[in-house]
Amino acid sequence: MKPIDPRKYYIEKRLEKIKNIWVISSGKGGVGKSTISSLISLILSHNGYKVGFLDLDFYGPSCHVILGAENLKPNENFGLEPVNIKGIKFMSIIYFTNNNPLVMRGYEFTNTLLEIFTITNWNSLDYLLIDMPPGMGEALLDIIKFLKRLNFLLVTNSSKISMETVEKLIKYLKTQECSILGLLENMKLSISDFILKKCKELEIKYLGNLPFSPEIENCYGDIYRIQNLRIYKDLEGILYDNEILKERG
Amino acid sequence: MHEWALAESIFNLCNKLAQEKKLSKIEFVSIKVGEIQQIDLEIFDFALKEISKGTILENVKIKYNIHPAILHCNSCDYKWAYKESFDSLSEDEKEAIHFIPETIHVYIHCPNCRSADFEIEEGRGVWVEDIS
Repeated sequence: MKPIDPRKYYIEKRLEKIKNIWVISSGKGGVGKSTISSLISLILSHNGYKVGFLDLDFYGPSCHVILGAENLKPNENFGLEPVNIKGIKFMSIIYFTNNNPLVMRGYEFTNTLLEIFTITNWNSLDYLLIDMPPGMGEALLDIIKFLKRLNFLLVTNSSKISMETVEKLIKYLKTQECSILGLLENMKLSISDFILKKCKELEIKYLGNLPFSPEIENCYGDIYRIQNLRIYKDLEGILYDNEILKERG
Repeated sequence: MHEWALAESIFNLCNKLAQEKKLSKIEFVSIKVGEIQQIDLEIFDFALKEISKGTILENVKIKYNIHPAILHCNSCDYKWAYKESFDSLSEDEKEAIHFIPETIHVYIHCPNCRSADFEIEEGRGVWVEDIS
């Protein structure tokens, strides 16, 4: 028989104790996906949920900077246990690259993704958040192929240029019958209903908007300061208003 | 204990294959192990046998085929054996490659042209080659 790679059949078993998987995606770079993902991880954890958070941007990981999770290391325990940041189970490629550049071709990206999902021991979670890299290549195709029960939370900024790409992602996700929680308009600078209208046209939920937050730059790495920012409170409100996040019983 | 996760993935696949082939017992498994992964076979073997207790894999005979790793530069076409580069790695670097083999691109470059754009032509991963 032809040799068989066991990893692709094992991922679902690894994730079977996870109630919800949210994929924070855009297709476009620079719209604030990693910041939004990190904020959501903090909001969910603060609201008492068990949260796992995977930075799937192997080429440009940054969530560790936002969460101040640089000098930590996963422990071995029937695989690898993610690092713990204020109760959030966090995993990133940086724990294996020592924060050096990792260059690799597409099929190696797939191998890395399969390996991370095979060896990471998330145990039971209410939410696993996956921060996606930009683009519609291996990362997107692989998670749709290998993971089930995905819910996409999409992020754009207010620009037509970003929405041009985000629209393509939405259209593709629809062809794959993927669940889309809605689209969040980030870094809003002026009054415009362009994104809202696009959501109506594309028949997806407009979750709301977050104003541009210049002060967050000075808070990266300091969770306590991030949690006191207006953007954190606004995002928490958006999640509750849209009933994406429900009061814990 | 990372070997436990890999052993469990093999166990999971063997069960799936047994269902497909309608086998009520698995007596033999052949496993291909790539050199890059630097699997501790003693731990891996122990883990697989422990997980298999009380299942259709109990007392299974396991054959391990270790495949040497060959690296092939995409930039200059040079080929070399992983073991030629292995001794230059620190323990932390070896461990990183053990967990995520693709991090080899961080720690090893082509000896001929220094490019990190090479492929692991052979010797990556853990595979089920045969069951009966």
